[in-house]
Amino acid sequence: MSVVTLKIDNVDVAIEAGSTILQAAREAGIKIPTLCYLEGVSPVGACRLCLVEIKGSDRLHASCVTPVSEGMEVFTQTEKLKEYRKMLVELLFAEGNHICAFCVSNGNCELQDVAIEVGMDHTRFNYRFPERDVDLSHPLFGIDHNRCILCTRCVRVCAEIEGAHVWNVAFRGAAAKIISGLNQPWGEVSSCTSCGKCVEACPTGSIFRKGVTTAEMKKHPDYIEFLHTAREEHQWTR
Amino acid sequence: MDKIRFATVWLAGCSGCHMSFLDLDELLFDLADAVEVVYSPVGSDIKTYPENVDICLVEGAVANEENLELALKVRRNTKFVVSFGDCAVLGNVPTLRNVLHGPDPVLRRCYVELSDYGGQIPNAPGIVPKLLDKVQPLHYYIDVDLYLPGCPPSADRIRDAIFPLLRGEKPVMEGREMLKFG
Repeated sequence: MSVVTLKIDNVDVAIEAGSTILQAAREAGIKIPTLCYLEGVSPVGACRLCLVEIKGSDRLHASCVTPVSEGMEVFTQTEKLKEYRKMLVELLFAEGNHICAFCVSNGNCELQDVAIEVGMDHTRFNYRFPERDVDLSHPLFGIDHNRCILCTRCVRVCAEIEGAHVWNVAFRGAAAKIISGLNQPWGEVSSCTSCGKCVEACPTGSIFRKGVTTAEMKKHPDYIEFLHTAREEHQWTR
Repeated sequence: MDKIRFATVWLAGCSGCHMSFLDLDELLFDLADAVEVVYSPVGSDIKTYPENVDICLVEGAVANEENLELALKVRRNTKFVVSFGDCAVLGNVPTLRNVLHGPDPVLRRCYVELSDYGGQIPNAPGIVPKLLDKVQPLHYYIDVDLYLPGCPPSADRIRDAIFPLLRGEKPVMEGREMLKFG
């Protein structure tokens, strides 16, 4: 294993060659905000939040897809980067319909967390108020495109870990959208194994478990009867 | 020294931010010592927004002509305007109607389609203000001096934002306690 040494925010870091700047920073305990990055699946550099400055380069680099090199000097918290990151999060809020107040993920949302992290107190950009739909055709899960930031974590976790590749990105530019199957209702996509990995991978409340919002909880009193009689009747699953 | 002339305004919001403001509880006595409440739906009976206001908290988004007129007047007559709560800061719930293509489909749905009896769209010029084409956050129309997010901002957050203002200091709006939306 060959080792590369570099400086991140003036801290000396040594890491295996081929690692990314983000990996090196995390190993050194230096926090770089991310949204589309998900450990365990391939990085795509889509959200641009992890942008860093590299000495000698006049452009900004997405640290999740930029490999380290010997002698590199990286800066992760310059004023320019802080301002761009704040702007990026403001643009995400202006692009979709993100209304924390009644979202299922309020308080458990990476977009909300990142807004706090970058110090966003409002958005300077005009809202698009796009018309987007909600797909509740799957028996267990739902997807609300209003809350989607197109990070593609669902696409990657489904394709690379579950191996089902239910999700994809369709259309272009402002019309880009996460689709299931061949742009079918999610509930009709036979390749979906209902594993729920996309639910856990989604950083916002876009992909959610059904039955968790106000007035949606269903009780199953027959379960008590089942527990009582299952042994006699040899019913080991419900 | 003259007391600080303090106002609160309620545009298109649910009044939850004002309820949270009242939740300052005994701190309201300290506030009352420091300010003169010159206009407020929960703290004064004055019906027209006065001149020479020092600090104003504005709750709610701008959804109709009356909201807009009042917002513009607030800006003209106020030194320091606080965008108060998620509806003022982000638009929030009132903006949900924006994807329905203007006010007409909204009014038709509410007052005609869902009406049990004699459905009609309210029309009383000069009394019932017209809805604007789109609901917008406050800063879309006027300059804002401080953003105080939250749905509603907690009483603690309101305290930490407005008491520094009374001392002439700008509050530090950082971290989850001061910035979390929703």
